[in-house]
Amino acid sequence: MDILELDQVEPVVELSRIAVSSSHGEDSPYFAGWKAYDENPYDQFLNPSGVIQMGLAENQVSFDLVEDYLEKNSDTALFGNKASGFRENALFQDYHGLLSFRKAMATFMQQIRGGRVEFDPARIVLTAGATAANELLTFILANPGDALLVPTPYYPGFDRDLRWRTGINIVPIKTDSSNNFTITPEALQSAYDSAAASNFTVRGVLITNPSNPLGVAIEKTVLNEILDFVTKKNIHLISDEIYSGSVFSSSEFISVAEILKERNYKEKERVHIVYSLSKDLGLPGFRVGTIYSYNDKVVTTARRMSSFTLISSQTQHLLACMLSDKEFTENYIKTNRDRLRKRYDMIIDGLRKAGIECLEGNAGLFCWMNLGPYLNEPTKECELEIWKSIVSEVKLNISPGSSCHCSEPGWFRVCFANMTENTLEVALKRICDFMAKRVKKHNNHY
Amino acid sequence: MNLLSRKAMCNSHGQDSSYFLGWQEYEKNPYHHLHNPSGIIQMGLAENQLSFDLIEEWLAKNPDSSGFRKSDKLIFRDLALFQDYHGLPSFKKAMVDFMAEIRGNKVEFLPDKLVLTAGSTPANETLMFCLAEPGEAFLLPTPYYPGFDRDLKWRTGVEIVPIHCNSSNGFQITKSALNNAYKTAIKSNLRVKGILVTNPSNPLGTTLTKYELNLLIDFISKKHLHLISDEIYSGTVFDSPEFISVMDILNNKKLKKTKVSNRVHIVYSLSKDLGLPGFRVGAIYSNDETIVAAATKMSSFGLVSSQTQYLLACMLSDKKFTKKYISENQIRLRKRQEQLVSGLRASGISCLKGNAGLFSWVDMTHLLKSKTFEDEMDLWKKIVYQVGLNISPGSSCHCVEPGWFRVCFANMSEETLDLAMRRVHELVQVEYKRETHLSLL
Repeated sequence: MDILELDQVEPVVELSRIAVSSSHGEDSPYFAGWKAYDENPYDQFLNPSGVIQMGLAENQVSFDLVEDYLEKNSDTALFGNKASGFRENALFQDYHGLLSFRKAMATFMQQIRGGRVEFDPARIVLTAGATAANELLTFILANPGDALLVPTPYYPGFDRDLRWRTGINIVPIKTDSSNNFTITPEALQSAYDSAAASNFTVRGVLITNPSNPLGVAIEKTVLNEILDFVTKKNIHLISDEIYSGSVFSSSEFISVAEILKERNYKEKERVHIVYSLSKDLGLPGFRVGTIYSYNDKVVTTARRMSSFTLISSQTQHLLACMLSDKEFTENYIKTNRDRLRKRYDMIIDGLRKAGIECLEGNAGLFCWMNLGPYLNEPTKECELEIWKSIVSEVKLNISPGSSCHCSEPGWFRVCFANMTENTLEVALKRICDFMAKRVKKHNNHY
Repeated sequence: MNLLSRKAMCNSHGQDSSYFLGWQEYEKNPYHHLHNPSGIIQMGLAENQLSFDLIEEWLAKNPDSSGFRKSDKLIFRDLALFQDYHGLPSFKKAMVDFMAEIRGNKVEFLPDKLVLTAGSTPANETLMFCLAEPGEAFLLPTPYYPGFDRDLKWRTGVEIVPIHCNSSNGFQITKSALNNAYKTAIKSNLRVKGILVTNPSNPLGTTLTKYELNLLIDFISKKHLHLISDEIYSGTVFDSPEFISVMDILNNKKLKKTKVSNRVHIVYSLSKDLGLPGFRVGAIYSNDETIVAAATKMSSFGLVSSQTQYLLACMLSDKKFTKKYISENQIRLRKRQEQLVSGLRASGISCLKGNAGLFSWVDMTHLLKSKTFEDEMDLWKKIVYQVGLNISPGSSCHCVEPGWFRVCFANMSEETLDLAMRRVHELVQVEYKRETHLSLL
């Protein structure tokens, strides 16, 4: 028999399951709103009746501060003053990352936490964004088929970031408005039991603090409860703190790092923090994320794995300079906070005038809005119905709670930091008009 | 407990291999012409340091590109916010034009079929995720880049089955080697999904012949497989025969827009041709829409910094620059390779005749006591520790024949290369002296 005839069972032209699956999550209604925006985007002058994007958690309120820095330090962007600056930088692909940049990041993270904790640059692993950081940690901490417990509502992107290529499962830790969506020990245990019932081995809990989409920093007592829980169950804790710099008041944010410090770093090996400059500094395009782990083996492995997702050395250099400038960082952190708080107050006020209440928030680039009282029935279908009319009639792209796996229908995440104050006013006016019409319609039925 | 995953605990990251150990030794005692003239010279790093001046000259004339300016207007915030995984359109256009220019404009590439990734490392891994299930296999000709063991297998669970090549025909891929590799995979109950070749080859420093390319296309047609052509060294072809891209072969065989052409994918990067490994710029090019779509979404895990995309869009759109760079870079590489080859020849050491890459594939088989890998390791240790050169042993590249080494020439000055050649000469003198002495006993 000709060796060439020794063949496989059938022709194998198909792609992998991963390639053709929909775990990338991009078919959810979340993206239909984006489509409406892409097809008809608002512009103050060119398209004043277009769709206003309120579904994008971007921070555009403090760019002038960064632009100002760049103006004054233009040689920074140009690879520094040294003659060999460019070529050294262009050649630098060490997965340890630029030391000056790691030091600057550690300092910045410290400043955000009011100097209450210290970070060791040697424990910082750099990745191209928090998206990569979360996936990387999942690869390291869990095997395919295992589970991570994640409090709902959560960032829709987690469905892809944590599950797609890793093959793990997300089991929700359910929260609801009865206690302002606080994570409780009962909810933690319930999620754990649910995972066990599905025969999933639980590897860890992943929290986002401050929370996306809630816009609230997690309280100290809750953080302690979560840490106790993961210790008891002998699992890991990932704390995604990418919004830590957007807490309106520094004293209101407690990092898991501070809890660990209080406990003298006991059980620290199960704790890992994710950070990024996409939200606090408004630089999502630069792809700057980090993993900070108190576990040596995780640090070593993450560092090696970061080969798949290194940060451009050009960008590392620029940000090392910028974040080493104490004057800049202190001013930025403070000013950014103040502006975000002002924006938050503006939107809360505007929504209240329209008869809409929000969860009391203290952080983030968005608020968690409650349209529950306006649903015909407390169902997901009704939530999507009202969402469709907000997108098509009011022309605002906001994110329905169901896309965040919220167990209670009627909640929506509304972003406020990715537009000018002017645009926010326009959006608030539209909501006011919409609600007034609805009430009128409702009253006319009687 | 604090159990980590199996991936975290295993050795598939490959960092215990000799390839990486040589690096460690270099790091402990690196050569410096003033501060440490007796230190180890790094000849295990395939970097292109020969043409930076051309880039620096361009940067000096075009400060807008690194200053976030376009026609003197500050576009910082647009770039800072740009995280669209489809990539900066101007950059993708510049990339495909550059890739076409490198291939003498004999093939055309479309921006929509290009997916940007943070280096070719994630590009290769992403293709594995898209084309194969855990436990399935790809065939790779040996010797191959040691990093593939990590990049292709670690997190994907894909297996590599070698297509063994040897010096009898200059390490070219043969029909029987292909068949043997395929047969081996089947016998091991491994489902083969495709073949991955590096063209020009690392570590051989040669381009694939038309015969080999035709062989590969015929094979994947018949067996319904994918073909990944890692062409990250395509811009470093400095001598004849000229570089033939796999896309060119598809056109010649009138296979454009067929099912077969949908199974051929190219990987590219600016790390070698432009000498910018730190900037993390890689790409996947595929005719298959599903793969482009899936790979694009996957690139979320490793996007190219928009700051860097913008800089390079400006640079690569400057056709005057790219034309000058491509030709001048090739001239310098040829000259440097010649310096290495003639230097080694003077020591009685020959190389595989190479026409590309940043390294030569060096034949030190005659310096082995016996043709075993143990002796290759002994020779390698002697070269690292006594001679003070970090070169890459063929075994780290899975070569089946002991005694071959990859030696890089483009990551150091002419003077340093000269010194390296003198050190080799000394070693050979000593070896010959000892052997002559022994044979007289």
